[in-house]
Amino acid sequence: MNFDLHALEAVLLTIVTASTPLLLAGLGELVTERAGVLNLGVEGMMVMGAVAGFAVALTTGSPELGIIAAALAGAALAVPFGVLTLNLVANQVATGLALTLLGLGLSGLIGERFVGQPGVRLPHLHIPGLSDIPFFGPLIFGQDLLVYLSLALAAVVSHVVFRTRLGLVLRAVGDNHASAHALGYSVIGVRWGAVLFGGALSGLGGGYLSLAYTPQWVENMTAGRGWIALALVVFSSWLPGRLVAGAYLFGAVTILGFFVQGLGIGVPSQLLSSLPYVVTIVALVVISRRRGAARADTPACLGQSFVPDR
Amino acid sequence: MNVSQPSPQGTGETGATSEFLVEARGIVKRFGDFTANDHVDLAIRPGEIHALLGENGAGKSTLVKMIYGSLQPTEGRFFWHGEPVTIADPGTARRLGIGMVFQHFSLFEALSVTENIALALTGDHDMKALGERIARVSRDYGLPLEPRATVADLSVGERQRIEIVRCLLQEPRLLIMDEPTAVLTPQEADQLFLTLERLASEGCAVLYISHRLEEVKRLCHASTILRHGKVVARVDPSLETAASLARLMVGAEIHSIRPKQPRTGGPTRLYCDNLDLAANGPFAVALAAVTLEVRAGEILAIAGVAGNGQSELFDALSGERRVDRPGAVVIEGTPCGHLGVTARRALGAAFVPEERLGHGAVPAFRLSENVILTRDTLVSDAMRRIAGFLDFRRAGKTAARVAQTFDVRKGKPDPEARSLSGGNLQKFVVGRELDRKPLVLVVNQPTWGVDAGAAALIRQALVDLAGEGAGVLMISQDLDEIFEIAHRIAVISRGHLSPGYDAHVMSLEKIGLLMGGAHGGPAHVDEAVKLREHDGHAP
Repeated sequence: MNFDLHALEAVLLTIVTASTPLLLAGLGELVTERAGVLNLGVEGMMVMGAVAGFAVALTTGSPELGIIAAALAGAALAVPFGVLTLNLVANQVATGLALTLLGLGLSGLIGERFVGQPGVRLPHLHIPGLSDIPFFGPLIFGQDLLVYLSLALAAVVSHVVFRTRLGLVLRAVGDNHASAHALGYSVIGVRWGAVLFGGALSGLGGGYLSLAYTPQWVENMTAGRGWIALALVVFSSWLPGRLVAGAYLFGAVTILGFFVQGLGIGVPSQLLSSLPYVVTIVALVVISRRRGAARADTPACLGQSFVPDR
Repeated sequence: MNVSQPSPQGTGETGATSEFLVEARGIVKRFGDFTANDHVDLAIRPGEIHALLGENGAGKSTLVKMIYGSLQPTEGRFFWHGEPVTIADPGTARRLGIGMVFQHFSLFEALSVTENIALALTGDHDMKALGERIARVSRDYGLPLEPRATVADLSVGERQRIEIVRCLLQEPRLLIMDEPTAVLTPQEADQLFLTLERLASEGCAVLYISHRLEEVKRLCHASTILRHGKVVARVDPSLETAASLARLMVGAEIHSIRPKQPRTGGPTRLYCDNLDLAANGPFAVALAAVTLEVRAGEILAIAGVAGNGQSELFDALSGERRVDRPGAVVIEGTPCGHLGVTARRALGAAFVPEERLGHGAVPAFRLSENVILTRDTLVSDAMRRIAGFLDFRRAGKTAARVAQTFDVRKGKPDPEARSLSGGNLQKFVVGRELDRKPLVLVVNQPTWGVDAGAAALIRQALVDLAGEGAGVLMISQDLDEIFEIAHRIAVISRGHLSPGYDAHVMSLEKIGLLMGGAHGGPAHVDEAVKLREHDGHAP
């Protein structure tokens, strides 16, 4: 009984760490897309965040500085995307894809000398007393900083997007950029802010991988998580609450797949590793179907370039 | 009548410059080589409803966009209460007290009424308090609005109310309205005029753009008429006739349409039997049991406010959307509900969709290539059997013939469709279909955004086509156009189609009632009309 509880606790802890990077990157992309910008470079920005976070944490010895570096690196990679798509009106899809390739290549180059080096792990919170409560203590009071940050950010994003004027302008720009411009809002300015925020959170998500999930640097270590985050944003109908559910569901099914494999049950491993994708898509599709077709949440201007006429 | 010096409606007051609320002096706007506004002067007094008239492309929209700050003049200055001002952006215009209701709405479909209005106001607002204020002001002006409704669910008339209430909450000194009644039922338009007259009496100036000269005559105190970007006249519209205003706008007489021939009971060309069509999107309209019949030699017009199922009906008739039951749509006696567009064309039908660029014509294709798209008979049979080669020479000749017959003005012999102006492209698209001598023509908004001269040409062509024995189904929101050429009129409202009534027994009032959603069937409507007549409303 006691052993089982420990096993369950371990599984739940891993689920949290597997879900957090998806949640962080997804939240960033959600804000970007709410402003009407489709940035397919999430994977590239994540992997840049991973290598920058790892490198800075290793050289300074401070994982906190690593986190900041990861966010800055993600935002930095979003800068060329912003210049190209917002100021020079390049195609967002093509630019985003190029950004992913750029990020993967650049991170490999930068990270070459860090391959195989032991990393610095982001410390877990420890509140004397509370964190020592069996089972619930480590789960609720013993996670690392970024886990709490990601959940708090989800709440903040939800509040800002739906309850504040800033969020109203953000949604307006994504829904009808021509009207937003006609009303005197800076479409390009709002989109720049959203793109940089998206880049920073993607970078954070990547940094979480190399500082908490597996504290080491491996080339291409994001392994497609950027694409999952992108898909989660769409399937969550651009709603932060549902994004949290989607990210954790995906994380849970991934870890359970590993667990089942570990038990030696005769299911092909390929099937198990494809399971999270199937489950997440099915679950989110079912949720979004239920809300009825009356409201379309898709930002109407998603992926469209804006050129003000002068 | 004639061009006078910039002293509109010269009442003799020549005192301080602040007599005018807003003045434009010597405004020039160039786009490359094209001069959209050429030394335009405009002056509006407080409390004046000032009409800005002109054909398509005369430069009206360009001028108001500069007043609203979304475009900058190449030369010239604006004055506000006699002080020179630079209206750098719409925000500046709003701070001065300029509000604008756009021709193409500037609303956010996914947001609520309150959110839409909050976006236009400066500063932070308590949404709940704002919602209450919107409900109060909108009721007060007779433009009721539900603050929490999502714009996407609202009718076009309700959307325009949002735009107007949004302007009212900013307490504007000048309200610019770009073709506000184009999308309204007659009753809604009457309500709008009351609102505007009340605003004017409160001292707000209104700059009013419209193609509907009768309403300009009725509503406006002064007018400025533009032609080819220049001011050609300043007149008091109430002293003019619609014909004299039109003459000033066009610079020539508009030829009147030859009287339509009486309707003859010819064979049925197009028949629709209890056609149902599900809505194919969250904002689309479902068609419910639409039944109609178009006989040879007649024009059946379908009136209705935009977004009540017109485009869905057009798609179902043209075959862009198919229905399972073949008998739901019958063209020339052949059930074809399940057939696609090409098969229906082969039966002798022709279709002119509302959206000319991208739907009626491929923007990047030359006119001759666009001709090929709606006909397969352009290929000689033997060649088609071998490899499907296209006969470009014949297509070129056809395009040239269409252009000549319908007076399509173009820069070079065979230009790309997108280089044509809207009105000219519309003439080409209509002409292309008429050139095939169709037995059935289904046309959606034949003269939408087309100036008076071109509109007359297109309407004449439709009348002539019916006279030659074709059946014409015309979907239109322009009631003047409908009364001018239609033999019978039906009204579509929320996907329901009323029976077709003879044009001479229809009245604006009756159409308005049918448009406004008298859904209880024809008996209901007749009853409603009678009731209103009892109340002293003339039909």
